[in-house]
Amino acid sequence: MAEYKIQLPVFEGPLDLLLYLIKREEVDIYEVNLTRIATQFIEYLEEMKKADLDVAGEFMVMAATLVWIKSKELLPVDRRSLEDLEEESTVDPRWELIQRLVEYKKFKEVSGELQRWEVEQEDVFPHQIGKQNFPIQEELKLNVSLMDLLRALNSVLGRMEERGMPKEIEGERWTVREKITFLKDTLRKYGRMMFSDLFKSAATRLEVVVTFLALLELARLHEVQLEQAETFGEINILDVSATSNNHC
Amino acid sequence: MEMELKSIIESLLFSSSRPLSVEDIRQVIQGVGDQSEDISLKVFQNVKSEKIEQELRLLQDEYEELNRTWRLTCVAQEWLFVCLQEYAPWIRFFTGERARPPRLTPPALETLAIIAYRQPITRSEIEDIRGVSVDGVMGTLLERKLVCQQGKADLPGRPTLFGTTTEFLQYFGLSSLDDLPDVSELRRYPMNPLQTVGEEVERRTVGKESRLEAVEPAIRQPEIFLNEDDNFENLNNTHE
Repeated sequence: MAEYKIQLPVFEGPLDLLLYLIKREEVDIYEVNLTRIATQFIEYLEEMKKADLDVAGEFMVMAATLVWIKSKELLPVDRRSLEDLEEESTVDPRWELIQRLVEYKKFKEVSGELQRWEVEQEDVFPHQIGKQNFPIQEELKLNVSLMDLLRALNSVLGRMEERGMPKEIEGERWTVREKITFLKDTLRKYGRMMFSDLFKSAATRLEVVVTFLALLELARLHEVQLEQAETFGEINILDVSATSNNHC
Repeated sequence: MEMELKSIIESLLFSSSRPLSVEDIRQVIQGVGDQSEDISLKVFQNVKSEKIEQELRLLQDEYEELNRTWRLTCVAQEWLFVCLQEYAPWIRFFTGERARPPRLTPPALETLAIIAYRQPITRSEIEDIRGVSVDGVMGTLLERKLVCQQGKADLPGRPTLFGTTTEFLQYFGLSSLDDLPDVSELRRYPMNPLQTVGEEVERRTVGKESRLEAVEPAIRQPEIFLNEDDNFENLNNTHE
């Protein structure tokens, strides 16, 4: 008997057990012989008791319902009172139970579907995109010397040469003051910018020079911080208000 | 270059770090149109949500046909690119396990299925269908935010009504409740819909705060009733 105890399947509830019994009979729910099922159901409860399993109250209620249905079916039709027959046509306990079973079965099937999706979702990886900001390398901070700045300026001016000078001569459109404002605004917005980007939009040598003067002025006033990650590397311009320590 | 609406949508989805709703996309396109002087950027300025939805479906089909390793998909009314499951072993090795809670137990899944189809539903109605008490299981489902309270039923004792959440759709990768199988067969009229409207709205507002950057209410459960009962037209409008 001891081995048999372990083999008792666990059911979620009385409906679950009923479905199992019906399935074992290999008949359609609508065709099932509830009298037979009732006997099997009660037998199972007995097994549960023998196996020292707690029989939940819900199983007992179902057992009672089944016994009631069974007793009604055993009674010959001609012995039933008219009232009984009328009552039956409105609430047939057998029909009611079968409807509940059919409904429960559907939800059980759907929950199987949910389970499949649950497992499936573990394998669904979404497209991921990282934040593409400037990498901040705190430990590689080197202060920038005036020589570094001049070298950088020369390379920018060199590039201007390559691009060729504009054919038209334009009037003086840039002032150091304007460029200081532009630099401050840009830095406030982005926190930092690269030295080479500073001159991307510059159209003439004069504009480059004016922008450079503006940068020097801001550096002198300790309003920007200049950093170089490596020798001859790109010079980064940082907003001082965004950093704690003042280099330059 | 003549821009296609579909391509604009695709570029947004591709560069986005989070799933986008139709409304997210609509706001971007309108924003660009409002801001710009360039007439070519204003072409789609007043594009309708339905049109965006339609383009998204076209894009979705295109990816299907392209036979790439990723697809465009819609989860809880938000669109995103996902990789095909076949490649999960490699992606998992590379990016690590997707952070997910432990799998649900069969009773929890059964209860969840009943709530999903019959919402809003009371605890005792769930128990009627399952034939057993659902106290413990409901605790788990509420804790995991797969279900939530959706007001009170107009019944003696005013029992609490429960329904599924956006997290439910996300957890199972569903676009909406319409994705559930045999929907028409298993759904029913809610017991007393209008009774719960006020609390519904309140609940959603609260829910929205917890969802980062949510632009539109993602749960649109009232939609499911559209064909069944005209009253729900009103209910739906409350949320738009």
